[in-house]
Amino acid sequence: MVHIAVQTADFDVHLLYQSLVEANSADGAVVTFVGRVREFNQGQQIADMFLEHYPGMTEKALHELAQQAQKQFTINRVSIVHRVGHLRLSDQIVFVGVTSAHRQDAFAACMWLMDELKSRAPFWKKESTTQGTRWVSG
Amino acid sequence: MFKVLFFGQLADMLDCRNLSMPASSAANVYDLLDILRERDPKWSKALNTEQLMMAVNHTLVTPEHPIVDGDEVAIFPPVTGG
Repeated sequence: MVHIAVQTADFDVHLLYQSLVEANSADGAVVTFVGRVREFNQGQQIADMFLEHYPGMTEKALHELAQQAQKQFTINRVSIVHRVGHLRLSDQIVFVGVTSAHRQDAFAACMWLMDELKSRAPFWKKESTTQGTRWVSG
Repeated sequence: MFKVLFFGQLADMLDCRNLSMPASSAANVYDLLDILRERDPKWSKALNTEQLMMAVNHTLVTPEHPIVDGDEVAIFPPVTGG
């Protein structure tokens, strides 16, 4: 099972966890990661941010990453939710959840997915700081 | 015709998010970038970097990738999600 969502709305980690474990007695391990808007980035105080994406390609890129992870690691379910639009300090940005029979593959796949997402999925952050707005450089 | 989309800081620098071009104007993404750089000094400067990423029909490609009629080409700065 692969679940992908790109949305402006916040997400409920508990509900996403439920969808990973519901009717799933095969997997003894569930690893989840949540990325949030942090207070300081590159030495500047963040007030809020805008996340732009490329509708169509972003969803496709996330699907491909999830499918690649399922080939590369011994994992079963993958769930990726990424928010776009205006986000404020402490808001949740991204959720990645992976299930596996054993923890090693679940941890490794979750880490791999986040690394790949950050380098390949088309999202761009524009931060509002106390010194104005700036695009985050990759 | 094919479509060209720009995102992130690049779209702001160009003050342009999309345009259409005749199919015969560029054989590949490398050609397209050359043509766009010739538009004016602002475009030349914004597109004169090795930091750009490019996609054709929602798939990341290298500059040698051909462009054909009906394609959707996207040019953007390095991605910063997560």
